[in-house]
Amino acid sequence: MADLNDLTRMSASDLATKLSSGDVSSVEATQAHLDRIAAVDDKVHAFLHVSADALANAKRIDERRAAGESLGELAGVPVAVKDVLCTIDMPTTAGSKILEGWVPPYDATPVAKLRAAGLIPLGKTNMDEFAMGSSTEHSAYGPTHNPWDLDRIPGGSGGGSAAAVSAFEAPLALGSDTGGSIRQPASVTGSVGVKPTYGGVSRYGAIALASSLDQVGPVSRTVLDSALLHDVIGGWDPRDSTSLNEQWPSFAAAARAGATAESLKGVRVGVIKQLDSPGFQAGVSQRFHEALQLLTDFGAEIVEVDAPHFEYAVEAYYLILPAEASSNLAKFDSVRFGLRVTPEGGGTVEDVMAATREAGFGDEVKRRIILGTYALSAGYYDAYYGSAQKVRTLIQRDFAAAFEKADVLVSPSAPTTAFKLGEKLEDPMAMYLNDVTTIPANLAGIPGMGLPMGLAPEDGLPTGFQIMAPARGDARLYEVGATLERLLEQQWGHTLPSQVPSLG
Amino acid sequence: MTDTNPGAITSEVVSHLASLARIALTADEIEKLTGELGAIVDSVAKVSEVATDDVPATSHPIPLSNVFRADVPGVTLTTEQALAGAPEHDGSRFAVSAILGEEQ
Repeated sequence: MADLNDLTRMSASDLATKLSSGDVSSVEATQAHLDRIAAVDDKVHAFLHVSADALANAKRIDERRAAGESLGELAGVPVAVKDVLCTIDMPTTAGSKILEGWVPPYDATPVAKLRAAGLIPLGKTNMDEFAMGSSTEHSAYGPTHNPWDLDRIPGGSGGGSAAAVSAFEAPLALGSDTGGSIRQPASVTGSVGVKPTYGGVSRYGAIALASSLDQVGPVSRTVLDSALLHDVIGGWDPRDSTSLNEQWPSFAAAARAGATAESLKGVRVGVIKQLDSPGFQAGVSQRFHEALQLLTDFGAEIVEVDAPHFEYAVEAYYLILPAEASSNLAKFDSVRFGLRVTPEGGGTVEDVMAATREAGFGDEVKRRIILGTYALSAGYYDAYYGSAQKVRTLIQRDFAAAFEKADVLVSPSAPTTAFKLGEKLEDPMAMYLNDVTTIPANLAGIPGMGLPMGLAPEDGLPTGFQIMAPARGDARLYEVGATLERLLEQQWGHTLPSQVPSLG
Repeated sequence: MTDTNPGAITSEVVSHLASLARIALTADEIEKLTGELGAIVDSVAKVSEVATDDVPATSHPIPLSNVFRADVPGVTLTTEQALAGAPEHDGSRFAVSAILGEEQ
């Protein structure tokens, strides 16, 4: 039994209460998490960098609180930051050798908002190189290990953020989700993660993978904690022309309402036929249908919805993403930042560029850049990239029709539990198909949440439940998610993250 | 897809794409990528099954019109900040090797 006073076991919300009441200082909370990182991260490898300034920043928050300053709800709470987000005081590599040691000259907007709200950045978390992957095995700095079974993948690309929260190295983390990089890691590590509506959180300072798909979002162990973090990082940013200029409701209020809801009467929950596949792992399907039964018993109306074009989603995604990535990654040219490799005997700037990119990019990045270059090349553009963009329209239409019949749409967050490290590394297409449940939301720009729905009976590993809402309807995710979380925890008699092996 | 298909991925195609993408791939990498990309392209080509002429393309998930900011000077990076991460610079400019080869 874990020590109830162990500061690393608390939710961010509970820790925030203890901080504001003065029971605990931010220095104590930060030190506890740094100690936990020192104790377990050689096994988990969730972090690429641990902040040298965390304790000094925590001390400053304690001093401001002692001086009677009014601080944000999460002030003093530690947070881990995915290495795709620029941090002015820590190296930012996006998991790539081409950016090894690079310290950006500015903070990403979500990071700046964390700091302004008084949260304490603990360090930078591991990820697949430039967020290309579903396992963190494509990190140039070695894979992250799943805290539930160290021989298995923690998901990706944000495996570091998910592993950090599920191994109790941080109560909160930031992630980014281009095709499931927040929700799939949440699924396989028994944690919570949210991809907001496209434009809901600024992408300024998030190293771009695919600009029309990328979205920054919260990672945590509870639905309320993700909501609290989303409230901090969200909102319009004039520095991101795709950020939505509108007022968002309090997601924490939505989560609290959901956690205390007396019934789900009147809520229509749509099960997407194409994402309730007989091809999914048996224990995943079983837990998914048990969760649906819980929702039904609590008053929700379950309806089946058809999304016939979802079967083309992965294929469209793996044309759109490489096309956008090949263009975005052209900036790594050995001139303004990052690595420079001069070929033997010298050469023109172009030769230097080609040698640098050969040495600095890993296999998956090269694969996708070449694929994207192909998809965009004259003669193939219409057949590949153009067709993929049309599929995007068809998928948006499928969602629009489905949301006529349902208030939220649901599916398993991932088709399987965590697979073994190395298992899919040599078969890129098998790795890509793992994202079948999460990709449609990115193509349509709608918000999605992943939360734990229990352990699969056959392997004892976490499974995830995905909830999707119409664009701008993020609050619905938190409401329904918090209700389901409560119902599941009442049934289990404990939280799911509390069951992770101690690693200690 | 067979080798006679004009869209087939051959090692020559991969080599050309690599030069367009400015990546000095090794011969081994070109060979490996040729097989992998062939399999991926065969699979993703499925999108053309439903991409008929009457379906408009979507480039962006949430429709947006152009976004302008006020035409006033903002805060920008200093020269020192901009050069801080450069592999090579002379204090005021990025330094690179020759832009043009000798034959030009």
